[in-house]
Amino acid sequence: MPRWLAHVVVFILFAAAVAVAFARVDYEWNWEGVWEYRQKFLQGWLVTVALSLAALVSSMIVGALAAVMLRSGNTLLEAAARVYVEVIRGTPLLVQLLIGFYVVATAIGLENRYVAGVLLLSLFSGAYMAEIFRGGLAAIPKTQIDSGRAIGLTPWQSLRLVVLPQAVRLVLPAVAGQLVSLVKDSSLLSVIAISEFTLNAQEVNSFTYSTLESYLPLAAGYLLLTLPLSGLARWLEHRFRYEAG
Amino acid sequence: MNLVVEDLVQRFPVRATATRPAGMATVLDRLALATGEISTLVLVGPSGGGKSTLLRILAGLDVPTSGRVSFDGVPLPTEEEPLRCYRRTVGTVFQAYNLFPHLTAMENLLLPLVHVHGLSESAARERVSGPLERFQLAEHAHKRPAELSGGQKQRIAILRALVVQPRRLFLDEPTSALDPEMRAEVLDMIREVRAEGGQFVLVTHEMAFARRTADEIAFVADGRVVVIAPAAEFFHQPADPRVRAFLQLTLAS
Repeated sequence: MPRWLAHVVVFILFAAAVAVAFARVDYEWNWEGVWEYRQKFLQGWLVTVALSLAALVSSMIVGALAAVMLRSGNTLLEAAARVYVEVIRGTPLLVQLLIGFYVVATAIGLENRYVAGVLLLSLFSGAYMAEIFRGGLAAIPKTQIDSGRAIGLTPWQSLRLVVLPQAVRLVLPAVAGQLVSLVKDSSLLSVIAISEFTLNAQEVNSFTYSTLESYLPLAAGYLLLTLPLSGLARWLEHRFRYEAG
Repeated sequence: MNLVVEDLVQRFPVRATATRPAGMATVLDRLALATGEISTLVLVGPSGGGKSTLLRILAGLDVPTSGRVSFDGVPLPTEEEPLRCYRRTVGTVFQAYNLFPHLTAMENLLLPLVHVHGLSESAARERVSGPLERFQLAEHAHKRPAELSGGQKQRIAILRALVVQPRRLFLDEPTSALDPEMRAEVLDMIREVRAEGGQFVLVTHEMAFARRTADEIAFVADGRVVVIAPAAEFFHQPADPRVRAFLQLTLAS
């Protein structure tokens, strides 16, 4: 049986199990009420796509910066980056968003909640990216740096021609996985009243009192974004497996 | 070449282990040597004696704690910038992992020519095509290191060092990580290049090879050169007991 077919079969079995569960609780569907708000779903979904894309780019920049600081050899820079990474990874995103938006962003006069939201999400995801990048750089053996020096490369050339091409291959699967998390984490931006996918679904729910009809499309909408990303992650992992030698 | 080394000291910081506290390890201890006008110097000696450390300094990869090194009367620089210029005029091949795994053999050969020596891509390809044919490596040029045998990898590494037309080659145990049959192909290649008048400084445990190719052999142990002598003399009735013991061990095996 081809792998994709296996996936489809498992999915159908899973959906059937859920359908049986629904049948047993005698749930009364009200799709018509929710269908009227289809435009709201689409808008929210597009906002989530935009937020995720923006946070994706800036979280990689933040992560790269923090990774460089972690490996700088400078005690102060290392300590700053280490504290950043551990505090962010050790606290809930919910708390970071609430404090970050209602306290910090307000204090510095940043009023655009979309900009603030993307920044906060990038700082959150950037901490995970930093660890991924740091690990990737650390995995390049010292002999490679030596070989680069032996042929007369400058440190910058060595980074550009030897270290980065190998490190990027190593971290791509993990980065793609982190992006999947990022897309889902963006749903928490609803707590600072950003009209993204989740907040809009919550609103539809409060208008129609049709909880499941509001949240099932939500799940489907996120899967639409995350499934291709996980597919990409797996493909990259397979594609770059030759590295060992 | 005429190599003179005086008072060479190399110390490394070492971490504490169960048997000793953290501190400085002295790997080269006021090492001195002077060769005649020779083309091949072979460094031999027990593991941990300092021969690889010495080679790294001679190749311009490490800066010694103190001391002086000069080739043909020209002292080796100690600043990174001039040292890099020096490294561009010589070639170095390590025991293993010389090649960049994300590049094909061909790309490995082209990289220093294009990015360090400023050749155009086409000129660089032209430069390497002859040597690739000659050493029966042309058919492997499109492969990545993971697809090459250990011997092929080392030969590509030697070729990469050679095609930039270096003044001399530094080889650090180039065959130690190889199976016996692959050793032969790498040693043959080195012998062939040497026959054309290349200059070599080479660390090896291949005593038969050292005997045939070396002009002079230096025995390095405990961070010093214990003996330096022409090859024939070195193997014939060595006076120093450490050399005698070492030769008995290696020649017996």
